[in-house]
Amino acid sequence: MAVGRKKISCPPYAEGTALSERDISERRVTIFEDHPNLVYSWTAGQAMSRFLNELKNGKLIATKCEKCGRIIFPPRIYCELCYKPIDGWVYVKDTGTVQTFSISYIDPDARPLEKPVIVAVIAVDGASPNMGIMHILGEVEPEKVYIGMRVKAVWKPENEREGAITDIKYWKPWRDEND
Amino acid sequence: MEVEIVKGLKFHKKQDVAIVGAGMTTFKRRLLETGKELSYFAVKQALEEAGLDIKDIEMVVMGSAPDAFDGTALKGEYLLDGAGGSDRPYLRVFVGGGTGVFAPIAGYWHVASGLADVCLVVCEEKMSCCHPHPQSAFKYIWDPILDRPLKPNLIWIFALEMRRYMHVNNIRHEDIALVSVKNKANALDHPCAQVAEKITVEDVLNSEPMALPVRRLDVSPPSDGAAALIMVAPHIARQLTDEPVWVTGVGWALDTTHWTNRDLYFPRYVAEAAKMAYRMAHITDPRKQIDVAEPYDPFDYKELHHMEGLGLAKKGEAPILTREGVTARDGDLPVCPSGGLLGVGNPIAATMGVKACEIYWQLAYRAGKRQVAKEVTTGVCQAWGDLMQVGTVMVMSNKR
Amino acid sequence: MPAIVGVGYSGFNANTPDLSWKEIMYEAAVRAYEDAGIDPRKDVDSFITCAEDFYEGFAIFDEFVPDQLGAVLKPTCTVCADFLYGLATAYMQIESGLAEIAVVEAHSKASDIKTFGEVIRHAMDPIWLKGVTNAHPYYLAALEMSYYMNKYCITQEAIAEVVVKNKRNALLNDSAPYGAKLTVEYALKSPFVFYPMRKIEIAERADGAIVFVVASDEMARKITDSPVWIKGVGWWSETSNYDIMSFEARYAYKSAKMAYRMAGIENPSKEIDIAEIDDRFAFKEIQHIVALQLAGKYDVCDLMSEGYFARNGSLPVNVSGGNLGVGNLLEATGGQKALEIVIQLRGEAGRRQVDCEIGVAQAWRYIPTASGAVAVFGV
Repeated sequence: MAVGRKKISCPPYAEGTALSERDISERRVTIFEDHPNLVYSWTAGQAMSRFLNELKNGKLIATKCEKCGRIIFPPRIYCELCYKPIDGWVYVKDTGTVQTFSISYIDPDARPLEKPVIVAVIAVDGASPNMGIMHILGEVEPEKVYIGMRVKAVWKPENEREGAITDIKYWKPWRDEND
Repeated sequence: MEVEIVKGLKFHKKQDVAIVGAGMTTFKRRLLETGKELSYFAVKQALEEAGLDIKDIEMVVMGSAPDAFDGTALKGEYLLDGAGGSDRPYLRVFVGGGTGVFAPIAGYWHVASGLADVCLVVCEEKMSCCHPHPQSAFKYIWDPILDRPLKPNLIWIFALEMRRYMHVNNIRHEDIALVSVKNKANALDHPCAQVAEKITVEDVLNSEPMALPVRRLDVSPPSDGAAALIMVAPHIARQLTDEPVWVTGVGWALDTTHWTNRDLYFPRYVAEAAKMAYRMAHITDPRKQIDVAEPYDPFDYKELHHMEGLGLAKKGEAPILTREGVTARDGDLPVCPSGGLLGVGNPIAATMGVKACEIYWQLAYRAGKRQVAKEVTTGVCQAWGDLMQVGTVMVMSNKR
Repeated sequence: MPAIVGVGYSGFNANTPDLSWKEIMYEAAVRAYEDAGIDPRKDVDSFITCAEDFYEGFAIFDEFVPDQLGAVLKPTCTVCADFLYGLATAYMQIESGLAEIAVVEAHSKASDIKTFGEVIRHAMDPIWLKGVTNAHPYYLAALEMSYYMNKYCITQEAIAEVVVKNKRNALLNDSAPYGAKLTVEYALKSPFVFYPMRKIEIAERADGAIVFVVASDEMARKITDSPVWIKGVGWWSETSNYDIMSFEARYAYKSAKMAYRMAGIENPSKEIDIAEIDDRFAFKEIQHIVALQLAGKYDVCDLMSEGYFARNGSLPVNVSGGNLGVGNLLEATGGQKALEIVIQLRGEAGRRQVDCEIGVAQAWRYIPTASGAVAVFGV
C-alpha cells in the first residue's frame, strides 16, 4: 500500500547495466547481428509521377486549389485544407527564397562529412507563401548564406536527368533583374 | 491560417483517472538488457510504488517509437511479455517522438471510457541496437521521393527550425544555450541520468558543430531505457493512496506532412494540442495556473519553442524567462526540473519517465532532491514528434 | 453506444500501380465522408490510423497520414495494430468524451513490399527464433496447423472446403480480386509448400484502404437513420513467444469473450447471424470459428462440409470471400471484415446479401503473433 509513503523519493533506484562502445565492438557481450533484406518500391502516385516527369524537362510543377486560392507545391492531387480535389496544374519558377538554412557537418549515419553541406528550405517563386522544399545550396560560402537570400536551381544536363529530386544539383545565389 | 480544432465537446467521461505509481530504468547510451527486460524493470518499479501486483493490471498500453531502433518489425508484439501484456488486452500507440506523452493519453482513455479500471502504460526504446548509429534509423523517416535522395540527417530538420525560430524572434544562441546548461545541471539530482554535468554557455557554443546552428551540446543523446505509469479509476485510487494525482486534461494534434510548407518559427501543433488539454482542464491562463512544466527538450531551443506553444511564454519570451531564472527549479515556473532529455537522456518514447512520470512525482511530492521549491497543484507535460508535426499534452493536478 | 455512420473503401486489388498509398487513403476517406454526410475539416474530432512501420517501409509512418484524411492540425494518431484495434480506440475515445465523431483508417499497400517474407521474418524474436532457419516464415503457420489438425482431427478435406467456399463467395463480390470456382478435389491437388499446408490455402496479398466514421450514440442518431451499432469490442494478446503460444487461437477466444460480454451475448452460435473471420491461412478459419464459439471443436469439420457456414447456410462465414477471396490486407484485414458486416447489416450487400441483425468481425495480427481483436455489430 502506498498510503503514508509520502516521504519517498522517486525513482527510488536506477536499474540497468551500462555498456561501452568497446563492449560491443570487441564482443565482450553476446550479440546477434542481422542485416535484413527489406526492399520496397513505393508507387509514386499521380501527383508525384507528374512532378518527377516534369523534373526531367527541367520544370517545376505545382497544383492549385481554387477554393482557398493556394498554389500548392510540392503538388498533390487534393487540397488538404479544403479537402477537395485540386483544380489544375501550374508551372512554378525554378527560383526562390531561402526561408531557413543549416550547415551540416555530418552524414545520415552521423559520420563527419569531409566538406559541410548547406541545406535550406526554399520557398519557390510562383507558389503560395511558405510553399517550399528542402534542398541543397551550392556556389556559395557557408558564411554568406542568409535568410531571405534569392536562389536559382542549377539543373543537371538534360541527358543525365532521371526524374528525381536530384535532377536539380543544387540552388545557387541569384539576382533578379527586377530586384 | 486558423483552424478550429474542437467544436462543442463537453468531455463527458465515464470516470476520472488517477495516477498511483510510476517507474523508470536508468537511461544510458548502451544497456546490456534487452527491450523486454528494460520494460520489465520499469513495470516492476511502478507496481512497487503503487502497491499493486501484475495480476491487478487489466489492460496494457505500449508506447514505442520506430521499429527500426530495436530492429524488429511489429515491435509492440515483440515487447509484449516484458511489458506485462501477456494474457490481457494490449495495444501499442505510436506518434513518433510524441509517444512519450501520447501513451499516457491512451492510458487515460482506457480508464476514462470505463473499459479498464487499472491500466498499465509502458514506454520502451532501445536505440543502441541500430548500427552504425541510432540516427541511421532516421534515414527512413523522410519522404522517399522528395527528401531521401538528398541524403538528409535527422539533425537537419532541427537546425532548420532552430534557425527560423532564432531569425523571426531575434534570439541569440547564447540565450538558447542556457537551457542546456540548466537541464544538464538539474539532471545531477536524477538517479537515472545519462549526461548530467555542470557546463557553461561557452562550453555549448564551442562544442563540435553538427548541423549549424546545432552543436553537440545543444542536443540530447540517444539512449536506451524504459518507463512505466499506472492509471486507475477513482474507486481503486482510494484504496491505494490518500493523495493520487489526477489527469485533468489531454490533447494532441498532428500537423501536415509537408513541413516545408509551414513557417517553422512557432509550433502550432503544440498550441492546438494545448488548447484542447487546457479546455478540458479549465485552464484559461496557463502562465498563472500551471505550477510546473515538462516540455519536450530533445534540443535546447525546443524547450523554449514548446514553452511558447504551451502558452507558458509569449512568442519570443521564453529565452527571457530562462535568462531571468524563472524556469529554474527554485523559480516561479520551474521547467524541466527532472533534467529533461538534455540531461537525463533521450530514449524517444521512454522519455515518458522524465515527462509524464516526473510531473506525477512532482505533484505527489515524491521527486526527492528534484522537488521544486514552490508549492505545486497543477503541472503540464508535453512531447513532440514526427516531421515537426505532432504535439501531445497532458495536464495533471493533485486536486480533483 | 457508439455507431458506424459512414464507410468507404478503395480497392481491393492485387496491385495498384497508378495510385500511391496516400491516394488510395484519400479515395477511401472521401467515400466514407460522403457516406456519413460530414466534412472532415469541421466535424471530426479524432482520426486514427492503423499501421506498422515495416509494412509501410518508413521509420515513422504516422508522419504521412494527416493530409489525405483531412486531418491536418487535428487530433490524429497511429495505432500499431489491426483496424479492429483502431475501432476499439475510437470506441474508447468516444466513451471518454474526447470525441463525438472519430475516423478510423487502415490500408494495405502490400504491392510496394518487395521482400514480404523478410519483413515477417524481421518480426521474429531476433535472438532465438529469427536465426533458426532461412525458410519463408509461413512455416510458423504450418507448424501451428500441423498441431491443430492432429489434436482435433481436422481433415484436409475440411480445410479444402474453406478454400472452395471462400473463393466462390468472392465471385459475388466485385471488389474481391481472388474469386474462383473450384472443387474440393482441385484444391486437394494444390502442392504442399509448407507441409501440411498447400499453396492454395495461403491468402495472396492485396492492396486497399478502408475508412470508417464512428459517432457517439447521440451524434449517430442525429446524422443518420441507419446507424450500425458497435455492440462490443475486444482485443487480447497471449504472449510474444512463439514457442509457448497455445496454437489454439486463445487470443481470439479471449477477445471474443470480452466483446460478447460487452454486447450481452451469451450464446454466440445462436445469437450471431453472420461472421467475417480471419482466414489468411485456410485452417485459421476453422480454428477461429471454434475460438469464437460459433461451433464446437469436434463438430466444425462436419458443419463445414454440410454447408453450415456457406452463404445460404445457418451461420454464413466470410460471405465477402474472406482473405482467401479478397486477399491478405495486412493491417486492413479487420477493416475489410468489419466493412462486410456493416454492409450486410445495412442490407446493401446486393447479390450476396444474407438476412442478419448481429454480426461479428475478427482479425488476427498475423504471424508471428498471438494477438487479435473482435468487434460485434448490430442494427
